[in-house]
Amino acid sequence: MGFFFETLIGGLMAGMLYSLVALGFVLIFKASGVFNFAQGAMVLFAALAMARLSVWIPECLGIDGRVLGNTLAFVVAGALMFVVAWLVERFVLRHLVNQEGATLLMATLGVAYVLEGVGTSVFGTEVYKIDVGMPKDPVLILEGSFEGGLLINKEDFVAALVAALLVALLALFFQKTSTGRALRAVADDHQAAQSIGIPLGRIWVIVWFVAGLVALVAGIIWGSKLGVQFSLATVALRALPVVILGGLTSVPGAIIGGLIIGVGEKLSEVYLGPYIGGGIEIWFSYQLALVFLLFRPQGLFGEKIIDRV
Amino acid sequence: MLYRENGQFKTTYAADQQTFPIAQDRWAILAILAFAFLGVPLFVDEYLLRAILIPFLILSLAALGVNILVGYCGQITLGAGAFMAVGAYAAYNFHIRIEGLPLLLTLLFGGVAAALVGIVFGIPSLRVRGLYLAVATLAAQFLTDWVFLRVPWFTNYSSSGSVSVANLQILGWQIAEPIDKYLFCLSWLTVFALLAKNMTRCAAGRQWMAIRDMDVAAEVIGIRPMVAKLSAFAVSSFFVGIAGALWGFVHLASWEPAAFSVDRSFQLLFMVIIGGLGSIMGSFFGAAFIVVLPIALNQFLPALGRLLGVTVSTAGVAHAELIVFGVLIVFFLIKEPHGLARLWSTGKEKLRLWPFPH
Repeated sequence: MGFFFETLIGGLMAGMLYSLVALGFVLIFKASGVFNFAQGAMVLFAALAMARLSVWIPECLGIDGRVLGNTLAFVVAGALMFVVAWLVERFVLRHLVNQEGATLLMATLGVAYVLEGVGTSVFGTEVYKIDVGMPKDPVLILEGSFEGGLLINKEDFVAALVAALLVALLALFFQKTSTGRALRAVADDHQAAQSIGIPLGRIWVIVWFVAGLVALVAGIIWGSKLGVQFSLATVALRALPVVILGGLTSVPGAIIGGLIIGVGEKLSEVYLGPYIGGGIEIWFSYQLALVFLLFRPQGLFGEKIIDRV
Repeated sequence: MLYRENGQFKTTYAADQQTFPIAQDRWAILAILAFAFLGVPLFVDEYLLRAILIPFLILSLAALGVNILVGYCGQITLGAGAFMAVGAYAAYNFHIRIEGLPLLLTLLFGGVAAALVGIVFGIPSLRVRGLYLAVATLAAQFLTDWVFLRVPWFTNYSSSGSVSVANLQILGWQIAEPIDKYLFCLSWLTVFALLAKNMTRCAAGRQWMAIRDMDVAAEVIGIRPMVAKLSAFAVSSFFVGIAGALWGFVHLASWEPAAFSVDRSFQLLFMVIIGGLGSIMGSFFGAAFIVVLPIALNQFLPALGRLLGVTVSTAGVAHAELIVFGVLIVFFLIKEPHGLARLWSTGKEKLRLWPFPH
């Protein structure tokens, strides 16, 4: 029983990372109708920037406090993500207004190539560790209820807390600020939003920037757990079933979808894997998404605006 | 002045409805074919054949298939690589399990197997479309990746997971040298390109286009969406499957599932979109662009570096390649969202009026 719960919690943690990536997808899709394949490259780019800057900045300025160094690196990496957002709006999205979905999708793939190329040529290709001082030691909990108790990383708890905080902040931003209201207006109807004077271009920059920040947080959590490496760019493909499951337009859907996919992957790998050969993680989530597409195409929480045939 | 159809009168229906109604087009196609079959073998070297021409021919065939589905029927697919894999592995299994099966039939059976799998994974298209369908086809991609990696029966229990074929021949013609491979692939491509061109003009092709343009209207005028969509999936997967079988048998000769990964699917979709959706010509332009660009960049960037007095490392070239590739894709999408084929047809219109544009 203890093993089952440990697998479950491991799945929840992996799912949380998927949720954060999926969140970036959903934000951009809601605001601009773009299916952003570059989200994985953005996570990679942000994580690389964070990993290198947290070394470079203290070296250059001669600071040796880890907290100060990391904070500065976070701010600079955030600023970089803003530059990326601005460049994408200025040079890509602005010229592709009203194009078909497939064209926009291909354009974001182009953006992904550029981000991967720039990221690896500026920051290098080795595997980097991000050290933001998360507690590493595992703890045993619930020793009374199970034999042997449950072994859990404190790090995972901190990461979950950060993710929850981020989602809460985003919810506040969307519901309570005027920019958030403008974002929701754009998501509802581009033309109506534009006709009452909401600048579409600026909204796109903001929403790509927010998605960039989410990517940065996802990159930091991932990086401090598993190290930053090139394979991070493929995480976008892992997060796609998540958005289908949760619904393309739903922020809570992205979170819950991510958790379901994470848990489903881990449990299926552990309990189903031995019977049909290992490594089923990657397609299990896609088959789950396929079932959802056939029977409930709008996902768990999505709006029913999907192109039904 | 040269490219003008004045004076070409058609006196029969057959003449009016032929594949290339303008005489100059007919002559140009014949000239290109003659050059490809007779001229090219005279001067190419092995590198050019192996690195550029053979991949170009096979990927053009695959791009034709993808274009039938995406360009003519309007169903986005990100699973083309999967159907290439199915074609290749199915042909491999026919090759080793049925003694003495002729090579032509082996490859065709590979295509048929891919078509059947294509129909199965085309079923979601009856419920969803657009980007949702793209995700459904990605499911096909990841499933086949896994199946060919983990189910040993498909690879004939080979211990390394890679399979290989040798000693290809048709009626005593050994397909061993690059030049034979080139001619073999070229023959397939010629036949199938003609087939695709005509198929898009016949009843099936018109049904696909009607579904693409507006499915409700198509249904109202009596087109059955299920038949039209699934037939598009079947024909497209058949083409892609044969291309996959050729890629495995003729180009690689020994391959593993990674040869047909999701990157290949993206690459094929790139070809179709950059070349031009819904255009046979565009598939060739797109394939040429995607095959030649990385090689050209690989040659050109170090030369540029030397010119500027900077030594570019191999890793640096690889990164710069990614950047330039990405930038060029975005640039093309912005400047010509209808693809290189649109540039071609604009050029043709200009040529028709030249030198008196009014």
